[in-house]
Formats: sequence, structure tokens, C-alpha cells
Amino acid sequence: MRLVFHIWRQATASAPGKMVRYESANMNPDMSMLEALDVLNEELITQGTEPVVFEHDCREGICGSCGFMINGIAHGPLARTTVCQLTLRHFKDGEELYLEPWRASAFPVLKDLMVDRASFDRIIAAGGYCSVPAGSPQDANALLIPKPEADRAMDAAACIGCGACVAACPNASASLFTGAKITHLGLMPQGQPEREIRALRMVRQMNGEGFGHCGNIGECEAVCPKGISIEVIARMNRDFAGASITERPKSGAAEDGA
Amino acid sequence: MKLDSKIPGGPIETAWDRTRFENKLVNPANKRKYEVIVVGSGLAGGSAAATLGELGYNVKCFCFQDSPRRAHSIAAQGGINAAKNYQNDGDSIYRLFYDTVKGGDFRAREYNVYRLAQNSVNIIDQAVAQGVPFAREYGGTLANRSFGGAQVSRTFYARGQTGQQLLLGAYQALERQIDAGRVKMFPRTEMLDLIVIDGKARGIVTRNMVTGAIETHIADAVILGTGGYGNVYYLSTNAKGSNCTAIWRAYKRGAAFGNPCFTQIHPTCIPVSGDYQSKLTLMSESLRNDGRIWVPLKKGDKRSPEQIPENERDYYLERRYPSFGNLVPRDVASRNAKAVCDEGRGVGETALGVYLDFGAAISRLGEDKIRERYGNLFEMYERITDENPYKVPMRIYPAIHYTMGGLWVDYNLQSTIPGLFVIGEANFSDHGANRLGASALMQGLSDGYFIIPYTLGNYLASAKIDKVSDSAPEVQAARAGIQDRTKQLLGINGKRTVDSFHRELGKIMWDECGMARTAPGLEKAISRIQSLRQEFWKDVKVLGKNEEINQSLEKAGRVADFFELGELMCRDALTRNESCGGHFREESQTPDGEAMRDDANFSHASAWEYKGDNQTPELHKEPLEFHYVHPSQRSYK
Amino acid sequence: MAVTGVVLAGFIVGHLLGNLQIFIGRDTFNGYAEGLKKLHVLLWGTRAALLVSVALHIWSTIQLAARRSSARPVAYQKYTAQTSSYASRTMYMSGPIVAAFIVYHLLHFTIGVGGTPYDAGDPYGNVVAGFKVIPVALAYVIAMGLLCLHLRHGLASFLQTLGVNHPAYTPKIKLAASLIAGLIFLGFSSIPVAVMAGVVS
Repeated sequence: MRLVFHIWRQATASAPGKMVRYESANMNPDMSMLEALDVLNEELITQGTEPVVFEHDCREGICGSCGFMINGIAHGPLARTTVCQLTLRHFKDGEELYLEPWRASAFPVLKDLMVDRASFDRIIAAGGYCSVPAGSPQDANALLIPKPEADRAMDAAACIGCGACVAACPNASASLFTGAKITHLGLMPQGQPEREIRALRMVRQMNGEGFGHCGNIGECEAVCPKGISIEVIARMNRDFAGASITERPKSGAAEDGA
Repeated sequence: MKLDSKIPGGPIETAWDRTRFENKLVNPANKRKYEVIVVGSGLAGGSAAATLGELGYNVKCFCFQDSPRRAHSIAAQGGINAAKNYQNDGDSIYRLFYDTVKGGDFRAREYNVYRLAQNSVNIIDQAVAQGVPFAREYGGTLANRSFGGAQVSRTFYARGQTGQQLLLGAYQALERQIDAGRVKMFPRTEMLDLIVIDGKARGIVTRNMVTGAIETHIADAVILGTGGYGNVYYLSTNAKGSNCTAIWRAYKRGAAFGNPCFTQIHPTCIPVSGDYQSKLTLMSESLRNDGRIWVPLKKGDKRSPEQIPENERDYYLERRYPSFGNLVPRDVASRNAKAVCDEGRGVGETALGVYLDFGAAISRLGEDKIRERYGNLFEMYERITDENPYKVPMRIYPAIHYTMGGLWVDYNLQSTIPGLFVIGEANFSDHGANRLGASALMQGLSDGYFIIPYTLGNYLASAKIDKVSDSAPEVQAARAGIQDRTKQLLGINGKRTVDSFHRELGKIMWDECGMARTAPGLEKAISRIQSLRQEFWKDVKVLGKNEEINQSLEKAGRVADFFELGELMCRDALTRNESCGGHFREESQTPDGEAMRDDANFSHASAWEYKGDNQTPELHKEPLEFHYVHPSQRSYK
Repeated sequence: MAVTGVVLAGFIVGHLLGNLQIFIGRDTFNGYAEGLKKLHVLLWGTRAALLVSVALHIWSTIQLAARRSSARPVAYQKYTAQTSSYASRTMYMSGPIVAAFIVYHLLHFTIGVGGTPYDAGDPYGNVVAGFKVIPVALAYVIAMGLLCLHLRHGLASFLQTLGVNHPAYTPKIKLAASLIAGLIFLGFSSIPVAVMAGVVS
């Protein structure tokens, strides 16, 4: 099988980039897209050309490392599939493929198809947790959680943090990512004590990182490899609006507790 | 080198309590004066870094991924064991302890395993408090499933993504500490060497994978939670980035390496389809709960599975092991798959595969029930193979999955270098010669949340730790060593790519040190690895420079270490002339082909000491004593 | 955005109901217009509320557009939309065009400088005179098309912005939004079409 690749090559974060055309006849329909790039890279190295840099790790669709645009679609044409699990049998022999990195100012390109998604970590650090230090919490079954609620929390918790939602959004919004964590924790009793402060801090951090706003367009859920619904964004909006209205001015004594 | 396992002795039920009481404590006000380095951010490293941050230590945490959330623990699917006995089916801490020692084929320390079983209960409580969305029953209680090697249902799970959810719990706790300023995170930073001063671990040398900067970090203690080394086989279920460099460098600085040949081969992976293949995909072992494993009775039967009538199928696990059936431990399931394929009864184009058939379960429970239990796994299988497992039986084959071996540690999880602690898969662990399913997550979190916070405090409070400056000669020498090595790798400019060497190494390892091992094969492997390693240092082609993102350079450094580790694994496998757990020496088997242990000669943990490049390492033995679970021939019949 | 959008959408529905009286006859329509003018407080109150809503709607649009362009400074060489509607992706285009139309519409029928015969006392006559000019009538129909495209996404998603999304109701809300937008389009367009066809004269 033969494929033509047009790949974004950019040497460093500050260097200008451009699309470069490569061709390989050593493709196989059973290969994954990343294995196709492995094969292409082996050919490039042998020719003395620096290989294409792309992020990847588990190659089974769960770590969230990989991801780039294929012909203008985040993670390529197959729904609910990351590029590491996208096999070439979904493309035609001789097809031309355009590979570009995620594009968002909050995801600066580091090199070729690799971007920096540290902004996602900072959103989680702002409040995407339950504050329970390791120690002796109550017995796990002391907290009864109805199965449907637990299932919905799990639907939201399935987010792998790949960034496809941002990449596909015409506004480069991170609302699906942020909403997923707010929903996961907000649906469970453990998440209630910090539900308001979580929504406030995470949404403000998201805005501060330079992501765009949500225009209810829905491209994010269409490309999400875990099929997370924009229902989570509605929930984020609801929690954020409620918390904003009732937010009290900071009083000096409250924070330290000591 | 003297191995002191520091096993507390006395009644096993109270051993850990006694140890915790006897441990010295660090006063809360003094904790912030200590710097602790944690390398790795998976279940073990991430939970340790978060917990030590909560306690008040100054923690620096390092990972090579772009975010701590991507550590390979995330890929664990099936579940986590805990002796909660929520099902009222006869489980207890003692039973989990017993199953784990027996499952590990009597090659683990009893006291460590008992503590692991005790902590298992706290892990579930902790994870639930963090908001981990475990599967629930309609009444709101936690759900359990059964898993290979056990006859009780003690496995907690979050769909097929248990590792992901537990890791995200630890990651979120870690991010909370990062936000609080207690932990400083260094993502995209790879540990390349350990700094040892006056016999104590005092820091690490790292490479910033974006700028290429080689940096040194000094601390009062170093904790490695850097995972396993299954990628020495090139094809494994490990993430592509998983590597042995951190533990290998520590080994070369004086930490003993325990049981390097103990590797686990997972029975339910998607078979290899071609040379380009870059990794193997695991299908959760939980599939064996409802799937039946079979091959055709006749050799070379090329009919499609639905054309083979019931009486011409061999459900070989059910036939050979009537009491455990398809739920025999991983090593037994893997070996039997290899055996039927060696007989020429394998299925699929390569004939290296067996069927995992859900036909009976679907007709008994309905497709919906099966979809609810395994939907995401079935989807994944179909995505990769283009076959619909609801209609056609899955094809599976064993693959390298986990390494029970790792750096040797004592009961306090400290290596033979004082101040160097090793947790999770990176240590030689509590699993002996074979790990039971759903026990890796348990061990990583037990080490990180509930053991290291106590034992590290004891070390810091009792060791005399001097101030060290960045200009100390040992620090400078370690940094210079890494700079030279990097320069050397970039300067070879040979003809072969790093991957081509790695694939060749992996093939040697799989053929000679894989599911079945023989003395002549291992000897041959050692000499082939040595010559391949020489060729690597003469002919590898690494383009680009150090001062940039250079994935070929990263890989080259890791593969260089894999050569050396692979040789040690073969050496260990050669020395251990018995079959136990995942280590199967063809010379040591019963007449009907079951693994035969040799307790008289091999009831010990092997700990290898580095003696210099091109020197034979020295083997030390830690004898294993069994006071509670008496070694017997494992039988799952 | 959502709140002001809803206010404006509410006005549009009211405006349509008023306008449709043109089909009853000249006297009813002119009487309705006359009646509105007499309700000074209500008229100016509504006008003020609308003005504020329009201003806020535009202001937030400008803000969001600025954020949008700074959030993705480098555009994709290739971009393929997956499921999103044409309406949702073109809100930034349909909005300003509709705004320009409203300005013209006010000049045309409220102030009377639209370029067609105008008599302040005879709104019915003004409408008929205005829509007798085919290009003007067509422009109105096209503007209504854009307005309703804009409304369709706005109505379908304002509840989402306000935090309401439920698998049982959201699909129905989306369907209702399309129906309402379609009816509004048909309603408004029927007037110029009727004038052109000579049904209203």
C-alpha cells in the first residue's frame, strides 16, 4: 500500500513551520497510523533526514499522548478512535494525507506534530480533585452511590486528556475537558464539598490559559475518542454560574485554618 | 554486599504494625527541611509523591511523559484486588495473602505479601474517597468480579479502565500538591543516572527532553517508581516509552537487581500481525470469566471457527484444569497456549493464536449483558483486527506484560544503596515468580500511599545525611558521564536505526528467554546479545543534536541499557535451573508438562551485584522462609 | 450572550405576530401600529430593552471573537467539520449581516429613508410600496433566511449555555428550535412574497 503524507514540520517552538510532502510504498492496511509513521521515520533516518516527531506512548488509546489532525479531523476519520488505534484500512491506496499538530495558543507546538498540553495539568491543579489526604477514610461501602450516577460519573471520567476537543473546536475551547472533570466529581457525593470552588477555580484557570469560549458547536464531542458528551459542558456552565452568583468575598481568616 | 531483608519476624498479622511503631518519626516542622526526589508518576510514584507532599516534605517528581497523568499504569484494564470480602464468599486478608504467595509460586517474601494484603483494604477506601468511579451494584454498593488465580470475587473495577481511574485519582492528588507548592513537577524529564555520595543515594542526573539540558538534582533520598522493563522484548504490552534506564543506572551504581528473569507473559493479547508491529495490545484477563478458550482437536485445521463442530474442539484449559478451568493463573494459561500452538493446533494466519469464544456466554446471558461487561474491550478488538467478536471468536496469544523482577529491596522498600527506595513494578516486588491478575495496581498503590511514607521517614530520621553541593566531585562526574555518553551516541553515525537493533534484541529475548527457556538457548542468547551490543555502539545511526527534542537519541540511550539488562536476564534465567511461575526451564518439568519447582536448591531470591562493564556480575541469594504458607506443588487441577 | 439572545428572539416572535396582521387588512394593521405608538412607556421601554440587549449581544460577540482569534492564532491548512451545523459555525457571519439588515430595516420602515415611498401615517402602504421593489423584497427574504439560521443555533443552544442539557429533552429542544426558526422564516418571508405576488396590495 502506498500513501502520500503532507506533514507539518517545525524544528522548534519558535521556528516557522511548513507542510512537507513524503511518500512511502511500504504501508500495510493492518498498520496503525503511528506504525505508518514509524515506517516512514525509519525510511527518513536511513536517507539521513530527521524523523517526524510525534507524541505517543501506550498505543492502545488510553494514555492520551498521541493525537494530530488527519485531513482536518482530530484523530482522523474513524469515530471514537485515537490515531494509535486508527488502522490504515480506513484509507485508500495512494491517498494523500495531511497531518497537522493540534492548533491552539494554549497548546504551543514544540516540534513537528508534538504540542505542549501543560495547560490541561494546570486546569486540574486548580481544583480537579477531592481534597482527601492518604490516611484512613471511611469504609468504601459506607458511601452508597446509585449505579446510574456512578455510570454517568464514569462516562465523564473516561477523558484521556488528549486535547482533540480543543483541536477540533473552531474556537479552541477546552470546555469539554474541563466540564468532564467537573461532571465526574460533581456527580459523586465525594465531590460535593468542593463542587463550587472547583467549578470557579477550574473555569477561571481554563480562561486564563487562553482557550477560546464554548459556542455550543459540538465538534468536540464528535471527535472525542471517549465519546464524552457536551452535556458535561452544560453542567460546568450550571455549576460555574451558580457558584459565581453565591461566591462570597474572601475573608482573611478562612484560608489557613490554623 | 550483604543482603539484609529487615523482615520483622514474629506474628505476621502484627508485623507491619510493630514496624510502624518502631519506626522513627520526622517531626512535622522538620519535614519541610527534607528534599525527596520521586522518579516516575504512575500509581507508585504518583501516589508516593502526592502523599509525601501532603506530609510536608519538599518533593520533586520527574516523569518522561508530557504529563504525570500518562504514566503506563493508566493502561491497566481489569481491576484491583482487595480483601474486603464484600461478597461474603470467604475472602479475608489471610486468603489474599495465601493466594498471592501461592500464585507467585513461593518465590516472594511472606511478610511483604501479608502487608500488601492488609493494605489492599485501605487502598479501596482511599480511592473511593478520592472519587474514583468504581463499578457499583444497583443498591449503591461496590461491585466485584472474579479474576484469574482466585476462587473468590475480590476484584474492584471501573469498566475496563481501572488503571486509568486509579491513576487519575493519584494524579489529581499529585496536582493538588503541585498547586499547593509542596511538589515540584518535572515532566518531559528523563532520569539518566543516580548520584551516590558516601554510599548514600543523593540525587539524580536528568535530561530535559525539550531543551536537551543535562541537569543534576540533589536530595536527601531518592525514590524510583519507574515501572517494569518488559520492553527489553521490543514487543510487549508496555507503553513505547517504558524503559529500564532509571533502575539500570541505579544497578550500575550499586543497587542489587532482584530476580531479573521473572517476567510475566499475559495470556490474552491480540496476536502479532506483521513485522511493522510496534506493540502488543492486551485484552483484559477478565475476559476469561465468560470466554472459553479452545483450539481445534486436529492439527492444521484451517476451517473457520463456526465450521468446527463442538466435538472437534479442544477446550484445553477446562480439560486439563477442571477446578479452575479458564481461570488458571496467567503463567499456566500462557504456557498451555504455547504448547497447543507448538503442536500445530494454533489458529489464525500465523497459527500463533487460540480462540477465546464468547458464543456460549452470549447464548446464556445475551449479547447486551456481554456488551455491558466487556463492550469497550470488544470495540477495541474490532478496531484492531476488523473482526466482530460478538460473531467470531477472538483470537488471542500470550505477550510480555509485566516484570516481577526489579531492584532488590528490603522490607522497608530500600535498595542496597541507603537512601534509594524502589516502589511499584520497579522493585523485585511481592509477586514472586508470577503475579496474579489485578495485583499490580494493588502493589503500586500500597507502596506509594501506605508504605513509603512510613519507611522513608524512618530513614530520614535515623540516617546521618550531610549537606551536599552541586559542585561535589561525584555530582560533576555523574553529569560529565552522561554528557559523554550522549555525545558518543550522536557521534557514531552508523547505518542502522535504533529500532532495528531493538527489534533484533527483542527477538533474541523472546525466542530464548520467553515462555520457555533452556540452558543452551540462554547461553546462545548471551553471546548473541553481546555481539549485537558491540555492533550497536559501532553502527547505530542517531540523527540530530542533543539540544532539541530528539526521540531517536532518547530511544538509543534506552536500548543501550536494554542490551545490558537483557544479558543479565538470560544469566539469571540460566542460573535458576528450575521452573517456577513465569520462569519455565524446559529441563525442569513434570511428565505431563507442568512446571517443576526445585525448592531444595532455589528457594531464594536472586540479587545480582554489578561488578563493572564486561565483568560477570555477582549473584547473592536471599533465602526465602515460609512459616505460614507451606510450599506445595501448585495445582489448579 | 444566551440571555440577550433570548430577549431578542422573544422580540422577534412578538414582531412577527404583529406584522402578520397585515394579512387581515390595511385598517387592522395601521390600527395596530397606531396603537403601539400610543403606548409610550411600553414602546420606549421595549425599545430601550432591545437596544441594551443588542448592544450587549454585540459587545459579547466582539469579546468572544477576540478570544477566538487569540486562542487559535495559526489556522489549520485543512479543517473538516464533523457534525456541527452550518448555522453554528457561521454565527459570526450571520450575526453582523443580520445587524446590518436591522439598521436598514429601521431606516426603511421606522424612519422612512429606505428609498421607497413613505407615509408615516400609513405603515400598510409603506410595506406594500417597499416590497413592490423586487430587489428590496428579495433582500428581505435573504436577510430572514440568515436571521433564522442564526436563531436556529441560538435557540437550540441557549439552554446549554445556561446549564441545561438532558438526553431526554435536548434532542426535542433542538427539533423545536429548528421548527420555530423555520416558522419565523416562513412568517416573515410571507409578507414580501405576498406583496410581490399581489396578494397584499
